[in-house]
Amino acid sequence: MYDTSDIRKGLKIMIDGSPYTIVEFQFVKPGKGAAFTRTKMKNLLTGAVLERNLRSGDKLEPADVETKKMQYLYADADSYIFMDTTTYDQVNIPKATVGDSADYMPENINVDVLFFNARAVDVSLPNFIEQPVVEADPGHRGDTATGATKPVKISTGASINVPLFISVGDIIKIDTRSGQYIERVGRA
Amino acid sequence: MPAARETLEARARILRAVRGWFETQGFLEVETPARVRSPGQEVHLDAMPAGDGHWLITSPEYHMKRLVAAGLPRIVQIGKCWRANESGPHHRGEFTMVEWYRAGAPLTALADDCEALLRAAAVAAGRDPAALGLAAPFARTTVRELWARHAGIELGGDEDAGALRAKATAAGVAVGTATAWDDVFYQVFLDLIEPRLAAGGPTFVFDWPAPLAALARPKPSDPRVVERFELYAGGLELANAFGELTDAVEQRRRFEDESRIRAARGRQVYPIDEALLGALPDMPPTSGIALGFDRLVMLVLGARDIADVVAFGEEHDG
Repeated sequence: MYDTSDIRKGLKIMIDGSPYTIVEFQFVKPGKGAAFTRTKMKNLLTGAVLERNLRSGDKLEPADVETKKMQYLYADADSYIFMDTTTYDQVNIPKATVGDSADYMPENINVDVLFFNARAVDVSLPNFIEQPVVEADPGHRGDTATGATKPVKISTGASINVPLFISVGDIIKIDTRSGQYIERVGRA
Repeated sequence: MPAARETLEARARILRAVRGWFETQGFLEVETPARVRSPGQEVHLDAMPAGDGHWLITSPEYHMKRLVAAGLPRIVQIGKCWRANESGPHHRGEFTMVEWYRAGAPLTALADDCEALLRAAAVAAGRDPAALGLAAPFARTTVRELWARHAGIELGGDEDAGALRAKATAAGVAVGTATAWDDVFYQVFLDLIEPRLAAGGPTFVFDWPAPLAALARPKPSDPRVVERFELYAGGLELANAFGELTDAVEQRRRFEDESRIRAARGRQVYPIDEALLGALPDMPPTSGIALGFDRLVMLVLGARDIADVVAFGEEHDG
C-alpha cells in the first residue's frame, strides 16, 4: 500500500475499483486540521479526471498497471496482433479495445499498450504519424466554401481532409488525436 | 533564486505599513522567545527541534497571553514561526506571523482590525484596495451557515464523530478512513466549502464547532460553538482569531486531551506550559489573532506561491 507521502506525478493508484494516474498534487492544511494532499488524477481506462482531497496518512492501493512498448503487426477478424518489442511476445487485443484509434494505426507502428491486471486495456498512438497518401481523386475540386480541402485515404483506410495540392504518394503528417492533416513532409 | 527586487520592495512597504498601523492604534510591539520548552500543543502541528529539550515556536501565543495577563492590554508581535512537515504553495516550514491581542475587546473588533490592515497593506504596495475586492465591508458568516449552504448539512457541533461521518457520507463526501471529528469536518470543508470560499470575496467565518475550539472560549449564547473566526481572502486562509479561553481548568483539560491524542498517534508529546496555565487566572477577557504575513503579501501582490514573496522561498522548506 502507498500513503499520501508517496504521491507524485505518474503514481498509479486504485480509486473505487478503477486505476488512476496522479496528474497534479498540492499540500494543503486547512484551519487547525490535518494535512491533506489535493490531488488531480486521470482514470486510465476512461481518461476522466477526478479531484480528491486525500488526508495525510490515508492508505492508497497501488494499481497493477504497466505500459509496454509494442509494435502493431496485423489484424485478423476480431483483433489486432501486437508484438512486445523487448520480448518479441505477441498478444491479440480485441478491436473494440483499440476503437477508433485504429484509423491512425498503420502496420509496424510502435505504440504504448497499457495493461491493467495483466489485461491490455488501452493502446496509445504517437501524437503524430507520417503516412503516404494511397488514394486521392485527382479531379476533385475541393469544397471551396470550407477552405479548399479534399478527402484522401491512407493505408489504414482512414479518410483525411487535406489541401487540394496533395496527391497520391505524398507523405503527410497527421495528428492522431484529432485526425487532422498537419503538413506535407515529402514524397514516397 | 531570490525573489524579484520589486517583490521584496513591496513586501518591505507592506511590513512598514502594518507596523505603522499598529502604532497608530496604540499597540505595544513585543518580542517573545522563539526557542521554548512548550511549543504549540495542537494535534496537527509539529515543532522543529532547537536543542536541549527546546523547540522553535509554532506560534507566539503562549508567551503573548502571559504578557496580556501581566497587564499589557494591546500587544502585537511580528516574527518568525516554524512548523515541521509543512510545505506547499501556501505553506512554508519557516514563515512570518503577525499576532495581536486586544484585552476587553470583542472578537468583532479583530475583524474590524483585519479589514483596516488589509486595506493599508494594499495601499502601501501601490494597489487599489477596491480592485482587490477589499474596499467594501467583508462578508461575515458562520461555519453552520456555510455547511448548510454549500454542503446541505445541518451541523450541530455537539454530534459525535460517527454522526458527523454519516452526515458527510449522505452529502456525497468520500470520508475515507477518517473517524476523528475534525478529520471528517475538514474532509467536507476541503471538498465542498473551501472551493466556494476561494471563489468569493474576503469572508470572516465565525462560530466554530466546539470540537475545533483550540484556545477559544465557548460562546455564551450557544456552547456548541466557540468564539473563533477565520478570515479567507483570495483563496488564502489569512487569519485565525479567538475569544481567548481564560479558564485554566478547562485549558488544562484541553492540553491533556491533546497530549493523549498526540501520544496515541505516535507524535511528539510536548510538556504542558505550566507558566501559561498559572497566568490564565490573571488574564482579562481578551481577543487574540494570528495573521500570516507572507500570505498577506501574496494576496496584495496576487502571488500564487508563498515562495514567490520571501527572499529565499525554496530554502524555507519544512
